[in-house]
Amino acid sequence: MAKIMFVNRNAPHGTIYAWEGLEVILIFGAYENELAAVYMDDGVFCLKKGQDTSGIGIKGFIKTLPVLEDYGCEKIYVDKESMEKRGLTPDDFAIPVEVMDSAGIGKAMAEQDVILPF
Amino acid sequence: MLHIVNKSPYMKGSLESCIRVAQKDDPILLIEDAVLGAAAGGGIESLIQGAMKDHQIYALGADLMARAIDGLIPGVKVVDYGGFVELVEQHRTMTWL
Repeated sequence: MAKIMFVNRNAPHGTIYAWEGLEVILIFGAYENELAAVYMDDGVFCLKKGQDTSGIGIKGFIKTLPVLEDYGCEKIYVDKESMEKRGLTPDDFAIPVEVMDSAGIGKAMAEQDVILPF
Repeated sequence: MLHIVNKSPYMKGSLESCIRVAQKDDPILLIEDAVLGAAAGGGIESLIQGAMKDHQIYALGADLMARAIDGLIPGVKVVDYGGFVELVEQHRTMTWL
């Protein structure tokens, strides 16, 4: 069983990165791995409550976030500095997360077998 | 862990985030537009110099050459594609897209 971490650093909707990152987590959920997701830099906006993409003609993924846990991605980390720099708090997020400082994120990365960046 | 950065540090915060999170002694490899940060005398020099206390910084020669970056920040090591492959062989990787 491999430890796999998905590092999401891009804002939602402006590029396909965030969408793809989430899709890949769901795919990996079909296999026996230990999954973790990190949201940092503009990636923290992916978790923001109340996203409504109806006006920009794309499906959006806010409704998918709550199923991450059911797909085996139980650890969802948010980088504290990225969150605070963007004026966000854990209450702004659509799902419960674990907020970690830089050293914590670094340590969690070091424990992985594979890191997939998006 | 080998950290690979490919975005210009003058345009994006990828290199800064990488340096903030990287563990001591993790090497950092600059490729593509990220090599712009390896030029001596630029506004990024102090960030790189600070990072060099804990990390070896590498820059990909072909990308430096393509962008005519010759005066490098002292201590930055130039690697060719073979060196790039060796680094990837020796470490797990995190790419700061």
